[in-house]
Amino acid sequence: MDFTETICTLSTPAGTGAIGLIRISGKKSLEILQSVFVSKSNKTLFEPNKVYMGTIIDKNEIIDEVLITYFKQPNSYTGENLIEISCHGSVYIQRSILELLVSKGCRLAEPGEFTLRAFMSGKIDLSQAEAISDLIASQSKAAHQLAIQHLKGGFSSKIKSLREQLLHFTALLELELDFAEEDVEFANRIEIKHLFEKLKQEIQSLLHSFKMGNVFKNGIPVAIAGKPNVGKSTLLNTLLNEERAIVTNIPGTTRDTIEDTIVIDGFMFRFIDTAGLRTTSDEIEKYGIERSYKAMEKATIILYLIDKDEVDNEEVKKIKEKFKEKKLFVLVNKSDLLPEFPTTSTKDTFYISAKKKINISAINDALKEFVATLESPNDILVANTRHYEALYNAHLSLLQAEEAFDKQVPTDLVMVDIKQVLYYLGTITGEIHNNEILESIFKNFCIGK
Amino acid sequence: MNYIKYSELYDIIVVGAGHAGCEAAMAAANLGSRTLLLTMNINTIAFLSCNPAIGGIAKGQIVREIDALGGYTAIVADKTMIQFRMLNRSKGPAMWSPRTQNDKYKYSFEWKHILESTKNLDIREDTVIEIITENNSVIGVRTKLGAEFYAKATILTNGTFLNGVIHIGERNFIGGRLGEDAVKGLTENLNSLGFKSLRLKTGTPARVDSRTINFSKLEEQKGEEDITGFSFLKISPKLSQKSCWITYTNPKVHAILRKGFDKSPMFQGRIQGVGPRYCPSIEDKIDRFAGKDSHQIFLEPESENGIEYYLNGFSSSLPEEIQVEALHLIPGLENAKILKPGYAIEYDYFSPTQLYASLETKQINFLYFAGQINGTTGYEEAACQGLMAGINAHRKINNLEPIVLSRESSYIGVLIDDLITKGVDEPYRMFTSRAEHRVLLRQDNADIRLTPLGYQIGLISEERYQNFLIKKEKINSLISYLKKYSIEPKEINPLLKAKKSSEISQKIKFSRLLLRPQISLNDLISSSVKLKDYMSNHSFNHEIIEEVEILIKYENYIIKENELATRITQLEKIKLDPNFDYGKVLSLSTEARQKLSKIKPTTLGQASRISGISPSDISVLLILLGR
Repeated sequence: MDFTETICTLSTPAGTGAIGLIRISGKKSLEILQSVFVSKSNKTLFEPNKVYMGTIIDKNEIIDEVLITYFKQPNSYTGENLIEISCHGSVYIQRSILELLVSKGCRLAEPGEFTLRAFMSGKIDLSQAEAISDLIASQSKAAHQLAIQHLKGGFSSKIKSLREQLLHFTALLELELDFAEEDVEFANRIEIKHLFEKLKQEIQSLLHSFKMGNVFKNGIPVAIAGKPNVGKSTLLNTLLNEERAIVTNIPGTTRDTIEDTIVIDGFMFRFIDTAGLRTTSDEIEKYGIERSYKAMEKATIILYLIDKDEVDNEEVKKIKEKFKEKKLFVLVNKSDLLPEFPTTSTKDTFYISAKKKINISAINDALKEFVATLESPNDILVANTRHYEALYNAHLSLLQAEEAFDKQVPTDLVMVDIKQVLYYLGTITGEIHNNEILESIFKNFCIGK
Repeated sequence: MNYIKYSELYDIIVVGAGHAGCEAAMAAANLGSRTLLLTMNINTIAFLSCNPAIGGIAKGQIVREIDALGGYTAIVADKTMIQFRMLNRSKGPAMWSPRTQNDKYKYSFEWKHILESTKNLDIREDTVIEIITENNSVIGVRTKLGAEFYAKATILTNGTFLNGVIHIGERNFIGGRLGEDAVKGLTENLNSLGFKSLRLKTGTPARVDSRTINFSKLEEQKGEEDITGFSFLKISPKLSQKSCWITYTNPKVHAILRKGFDKSPMFQGRIQGVGPRYCPSIEDKIDRFAGKDSHQIFLEPESENGIEYYLNGFSSSLPEEIQVEALHLIPGLENAKILKPGYAIEYDYFSPTQLYASLETKQINFLYFAGQINGTTGYEEAACQGLMAGINAHRKINNLEPIVLSRESSYIGVLIDDLITKGVDEPYRMFTSRAEHRVLLRQDNADIRLTPLGYQIGLISEERYQNFLIKKEKINSLISYLKKYSIEPKEINPLLKAKKSSEISQKIKFSRLLLRPQISLNDLISSSVKLKDYMSNHSFNHEIIEEVEILIKYENYIIKENELATRITQLEKIKLDPNFDYGKVLSLSTEARQKLSKIKPTTLGQASRISGISPSDISVLLILLGR
C-alpha cells in the first residue's frame, strides 16, 4: 500500500439507497475535488467543516447534484485532507463518480485503508482501530454501544492508566536496585502492595466483563432444551419466524445444535436449539445429547420445554438444580391441546403453543426483562479475545509478582514478573509492538471504511 | 607549517591511552593490525583519574564482558587489586556486581607493561590536533610536535581532554586533568568537518593524607576473603589487601559548604556543561536533598603502600578553603591534610548519535570514537567502547562485517545502542536498569554469553576456548546429575532442621532442594556422600558450583526473562535501510522524520528506542515494510 496516494471509496453499502457517501482522503483530495465539483455559489475555495452544494461534472456533463464537506488535516477521520461527497444512491451514479475520481488521480482504497490511515497518522490507537472493526460489524444496539465505548478510548485510557501506575513504581524499584548504596529514597512497600491489589481488582473486573462484553458483541446465548419431540425446533422456528430447523414428528430428528440470532429491544440473542434430552442407545443421538448439555452450559438463558402432558416436576427440578446459575424459564408447550388454555403463568413458567404461536410474546417480554438486569454496555467491558488474553496473562504475571514480593524474593527477580505485566498491558494499546497483532487487526477490516 | 611525515603506513592509529585507548590498541594489535598508540603523556597510561576502583553495580558486569571477549581491563584490575567485594550478594544474581579497589600506580604500570609486550603496537608521546581526511575518509593525524602519521583507520579516545577547563571555586584554568594540559584544536578541526560538539562536566573529590586521618573514629569496611575477581582466567591478587573506611557528614559540615555556594562555579553558572545527576558533588547533594542531615563518605586507599586516600562521596568544586574547613568538621578528618583539592572539569564531547553501531562516525569513513568523547563516564564504559572500536576498525580495513552486540547479549550492547540511538545529555553511566533483561546479563555468565564470539573474532586463544568448552560441559553434566538424583531424608534432615527449613519425609531430587533459598549446593555436598564423591571425581571448581547453583535456583526466572526477550526482540529482526528517505513518509510525525533521518536506525527495534518516536510511528514503519 502506498500511503502517499490519494484514495477514494464508497463508504455506504453498495447498492441502491436514498443517498451514498463517497470519501476521498490524501494529499491531493482538495485538488481532485476542485477538478470535478462546481459549487452552486461558484466558490472554488472550501472552508473546512462546511457543507457545500453543487454538481459533479465530467467533461461538461453533470453526473449528480451533491453535497460536499471538506475536513482539513489533521482534523479528519484519517488525519489527512478528507472530502465527503453525499450523492444520490444509484449504483450508476456512485460508480461514475468513483471512476471520475480515479481518472483524476485517486486510487480505490483497499479494505480497511481509511482506518489504517487514521491509525497511521496517530488519530486512533490499536484498540480503537479494533473498535472500529467491531463497530462496522455490530449487529445490535448493545454491540454498537460497546464498540463506541471502545472507540471513545475509554478502554485504552483505562489500560494506559493502569500501566502507567505500575510503570511509576517500576521506576522507583529500578532506582532502588541501582542506587542501593547511594542516597535514594526507596519505594514504599505498602504502597506497592496497595497498587498490586488495585491492579488485580481492576484487571479481574475487566476479565470478568469479557463474558458480558462477548455476550453483547456476539449475542446472548439462549439454549432451547427439553425432551425429544417436545417442540424445541418448532419454538425456534416460531421465534425466528422462519423454517430453520428440520421439524418432524420423529423423536430425535435434531442431531446437531443449530444457532441463529434475533434482536429484541436492541439486544441480540443467539438461540441454540439442542437435541432432545433422553436416555438413548443410539450413538449419534447420544453425541447430540452431550452437545445439548454443553449448549446449556454455554448459555446464559435456558428455555426449558416440557409437554403439557408431561408436567414432570422431577425432571424440571433436576435440570434446575444442574443449571442453577443460569436463568431458566420453563415453557409448557402444546398448551393449546389442553381443555382450557391456562392464563395464569407463574414467574418463570409460561404456558405456550409454539406451533399455534400462542403466548410467544411472554417469552420476548421475559427476555427483555432479563436484559434489563444486565450490566450496561456503556460500562468499560472487554469484548475482544485478544484483549482478554492479554489481560489474562497480565493478571497471571501480577499474581506471580505479588507472591514473589510476599515471599521476599529479591527485587531484581520480582521485576521479571512486573515486566511481563507491563508487556501484556502494553500490547493492548499498542505501546508495545507486536507484528502479528498489527497484521491480524487490519486483516479483519473487510469493507472500505 | 612543515610536518615531519612518517612514511610508515599504520593500519590503525589510536589517539589517547586511557581506558578506551588501551583496549582499542590491544584489540587492534592482537587481531594483527599494525597499530600506533598516541598519548600526551606516557607516564599516565590507563590512569585512574578519579576513583581508584574498578567495577561496581552494572560496571562490574561490563568488566567481565570485556574479559569474556578477550580484553584486558579485568586482568589488570585483578593483578593490581587491593580489595575485592561482590556487591549486592543479598539480592538476586542479576545484581551481584564485582568491584575492586586498585593501586592506581600499579594499575597504570601493569597496563603499560601489557602494551609494551604486544607485537604490532608502537607507542608515541604526542598530542593529536588535527585529523587528515581525503574523500570523506580519515587517512591520518597531525600532532602538536609537528608530525604526520598515516593509517587506514583512526580511533579517537580523547577523554576529558578536549578543551578541558578545570574549576575550583572562582579559579578556573585550562587542563585535561589536574596538573595536565588540555587539547586545543582537535574539536575545532572536527567541527569544521561537520561534527557537532557539546560540553559536559564531571568532578572529583579531594585526596587526603592518611597520616592525618584518625582511623579510630571511622568505621572499617573490609574486603572479602573469598576473592573471585573479574577475569575468567582466574588471576590471584598479588598485592596485600586493604580496607576502606566510612564516615559521615553532618549539619555543621553542610553549613560550611553552603557558605561557599556563592563561589561555586556550578551554582554561579560558570560551568555550562551538564554534570552527572547520579554522581553528584557534595554541594549538589546538600542542595537537592536539603532534608538530609548526613551523607556517607568512603575513604578509599589509592595505593598499596602510599598515603593518598580518595574521599568517595565528597566530590566538590567549591573553593579549596571551604572544602578544607568542611572536611575538618567530619569525624576522623579533624586534622586531615589534603594532597589536592576536589575540582570540576568541563570538556567537549561529540553527540554519539553521529556514530554507527560499529562506533564508526557517519560523517567520516574509517574514523571511530570511543570513551568519554562520546559522553560516557566511567573507566568501564570507556574500556568496552575502546574494545569494540578496536575490533571494528580492524574488521573494516579487512572488509569484514562489524561486530554489533545486541541488547540481549550484553551490557556493552545496551551501552552502545543507547549511545547511538538516544544520544546523551548528561554523562552516561551504566545501570542494570538500562538493560531490558538484566536477569540474562549476569556477571557469572559473561563468558557463556560472549566468549564464543570473542573466539570467532580472534581475541580468544584456542586454548582458552577449549577450557571454556570444558567448563560449559561440566556445568551441564552437574545440572543433569542434580536433576536426576535424589537425597534421602536421613541425610539432609539434620541440616534442614538446623537451617529452619521444613524437613522432608521421602527422598527428593537435589535440584528441588536447591530451590529453597536457605539451601546451597555446598550444603547438599556436605550432606550427601554420593554427591560428594561425584563432585570430587569430576573436580568441579568453585566457579562451576556457583554457576550451577544460579542456573538451578533461578531457572524459573531465567526462562521467563528469556521468553519475554524473544517476544520483544521481534522488532530487532526487522531490518531498516539506514539510507531510507524518511522525509517522504508523511504519515510519520515531523519529529519522527527528522530523528529517523539523523539516527539512521538499522532495525525497527532501534527505531523504537529513539526518543520522540511514538508507538504509532513504529506502526507506520511496520506497515510500510509490508507488515
